[in-house]
Amino acid sequence: MDLRDTQEEAAFRKEVIEVIEKEAPRAEAGVTFEAMAAKGQSWFKKLAERGWIAPAWPKEYGGAGMSQIEQFIFNEEMAVRRAPRPAHLIIGLGMAGPTIIVHGTEEQKQRWLPGMLAGTDIWCQGYSEPEAGSDLASLRTRAVKDGDDYVLNGQKIWSTIAHVAKWMICLARTDPEAPKHKGISYFVIDMKTPGLEVRPLTNMADTHEFNEVFFDNVRVPKENIVGEENRGWYVGMTTLDFERSSVGSAIGMRQEVEQMVEYALLSQDSPVSALKQNPMLRLEMADRLIETEVGRMLSYRIASMQGRGLIPNYEASVLKVFSAELHQRIARTKTKVMGMYSQLMPGEPMAPAQGTWCHQYLRSVGYTIEAGTSEIQRNIIAQRGLGLPRD
Amino acid sequence: MDLGLSEEQELLKNFARDFLEKECPESVVREMEEDEKGYSPQLWKGMTDQGWCGLIIPPEQGGSGMGFLDLVILTEEFGRALVPGPFLSTQVGGSIPLLGWGTDEQKKAHLAKIASGDEIWTLAMTEPLARFDAEGVQMEAKAQGDNLVLNGTKLFIRDAHVADFMTVAVRTKKGANAEDGITLVAVDAKSKGITTTALKTIGSDKQCEVKFENVSVPMANVIGEVDKGWPILNKIVLKAASLESAYMVGLAQMDFEITVNYAKERVQFGRPIGSFQAIQHKAADMVTDVDGARFLMYRAAWSIAEDEPDAEQSVHMAKAWCNEATRRVVAHGQQIHGGIGFTKDYKVQLYFRRQKMADLMWGDVDFHRELVAQSLGV
Repeated sequence: MDLRDTQEEAAFRKEVIEVIEKEAPRAEAGVTFEAMAAKGQSWFKKLAERGWIAPAWPKEYGGAGMSQIEQFIFNEEMAVRRAPRPAHLIIGLGMAGPTIIVHGTEEQKQRWLPGMLAGTDIWCQGYSEPEAGSDLASLRTRAVKDGDDYVLNGQKIWSTIAHVAKWMICLARTDPEAPKHKGISYFVIDMKTPGLEVRPLTNMADTHEFNEVFFDNVRVPKENIVGEENRGWYVGMTTLDFERSSVGSAIGMRQEVEQMVEYALLSQDSPVSALKQNPMLRLEMADRLIETEVGRMLSYRIASMQGRGLIPNYEASVLKVFSAELHQRIARTKTKVMGMYSQLMPGEPMAPAQGTWCHQYLRSVGYTIEAGTSEIQRNIIAQRGLGLPRD
Repeated sequence: MDLGLSEEQELLKNFARDFLEKECPESVVREMEEDEKGYSPQLWKGMTDQGWCGLIIPPEQGGSGMGFLDLVILTEEFGRALVPGPFLSTQVGGSIPLLGWGTDEQKKAHLAKIASGDEIWTLAMTEPLARFDAEGVQMEAKAQGDNLVLNGTKLFIRDAHVADFMTVAVRTKKGANAEDGITLVAVDAKSKGITTTALKTIGSDKQCEVKFENVSVPMANVIGEVDKGWPILNKIVLKAASLESAYMVGLAQMDFEITVNYAKERVQFGRPIGSFQAIQHKAADMVTDVDGARFLMYRAAWSIAEDEPDAEQSVHMAKAWCNEATRRVVAHGQQIHGGIGFTKDYKVQLYFRRQKMADLMWGDVDFHRELVAQSLGV
């Protein structure tokens, strides 16, 4: 047991820190995807030059080919030093790209991977439907073979950044007679295809990330299926090996708590100081700090397992549930620190911290729902992790 | 960076687990709850034979020469098996103070006997005030020639009734602040003037009231320096808290395993209750709590073993979290068992009661949270 870096890990960490300190802009809280995309374009170019825009991709495909531990160190330093990440590219680099690398044809790889790496192509996801959320496999969007094409009809929901995306990865049903997991295919769809309509959904934090996408006889060439027809569900599961973003977020939370403490200390001499008025608050802040340390150790546990060649199973679900719920608790404690002023929304000139704490309190409601609800995650922990019988 | 155990640590842990499963089953635990001494000499000999009493004592002094982290790993297994007796007391009251701050004479006189199981020690810190900070040490000791004379009462002192020696925290000077004027002194438990009474406690762990009436102790028994004992005592308490956290994690893990097995076997409404989501979600929360507690506890133990600059803060974080996390685990354990878990005859209450004992010992959640808040500067 050793919480310190090995020599190789330390050398890599040093390199990452040097690059971040030299090239990364100071992160600011931007609340829209457009704002995030605009800031730090040159920083993303520097990352791309090193293949660090796609840390997990093999080098031969333009990625950095980082090992699990290296990805972990990279994510940790990016979070700790608050370096901006190209969030608008995450579906391409983190989901579509890895899937195409593992399951795509050479022609598909050459067609789609370069645009992802260059950051010119934004990708979105067409998975959930109004009637298919946690029970995603029950999805109904229908793809019917017609000559050399498939014709898609149906509706997707919660498509993040579909309104600015060039491509969509889409799960659609190609065989309604088969058992539900075995009748789905994985399509790549050009967002400019006739028949596709994107309608914005505003979330309760008053921002536009999500969209509904309607398919009215959308024609997709058969060359755009990734993997075999009717194997789409299993193709889509591949991305889990590459997914590291949830581990990164647990690491960044300590910084967030320290930032909150900083704010509380800075304002403690003002008449509205929450610290002065609320003697319980300091203990609550201590609790949040302790919990971020638990989150950090649960993240280290996963990295440590991967470093030993073990494959995390229920451990990833434990981390996801814990991180999501901790994010919500931190957001709540922050509203106590800022008090009445935490009601002031972004755009309100009087809002401290540009209203980001207010925004975050609302946005964090979604964390226990997206990417697998906490209820589903707990089922997974109990059933896959503990062997408790299915309902 | 690696959170896994070394090969030697895995061997120690697995061997201890198997050994204790055989030598310290539920029947021994229950027997010792009613036993006056509170420990089985047979089990004690078995532990000594394995080199566990002297685990962290150097080989030159008859020990196994292992480190603090190894002791923590062993203690986790002790918690899992609910091992009764003065093992932890002897480490906290004897091995740790003497190894850290004992004179050569003191080490020569005692370490070998601790390693061979022939000396039982305990730390006598708390008084009726029942505080784990410097303010809690009020019992006076006055210098009289070459001796210190102790008068007063210590309370909640584990295994004092079977101890051969006690490391007693006394106040030799009333300074400007409480941390000034504390002295640690090794006291022969057979000294004239000592009266010990074992208390009936929730954890069945033989905590005692110890009365000192003009107890004379040679100055040569002072550990560290007169009046300057607080920094030493604080470091001992941090290690004690770390060990207690390990014990708690071990017992919580076992409670959790018993509970999950019960949920798989108990049938109601035509199906195992473990197939109901309400039970599954509680079980999932127990996993998070046990795993989180274990790794935070390891993190603190490692930091202490490596003398990291943030070791103290990490112990406070670990004890605060382990206190609450293991409390949640044993509470779910009781709830999932329903009526049967509420009986004395069924085993799960053995874990529930000892969780509370370990939770309160060396500082409850609010004591440690407060110290974390202070370390944040708020």
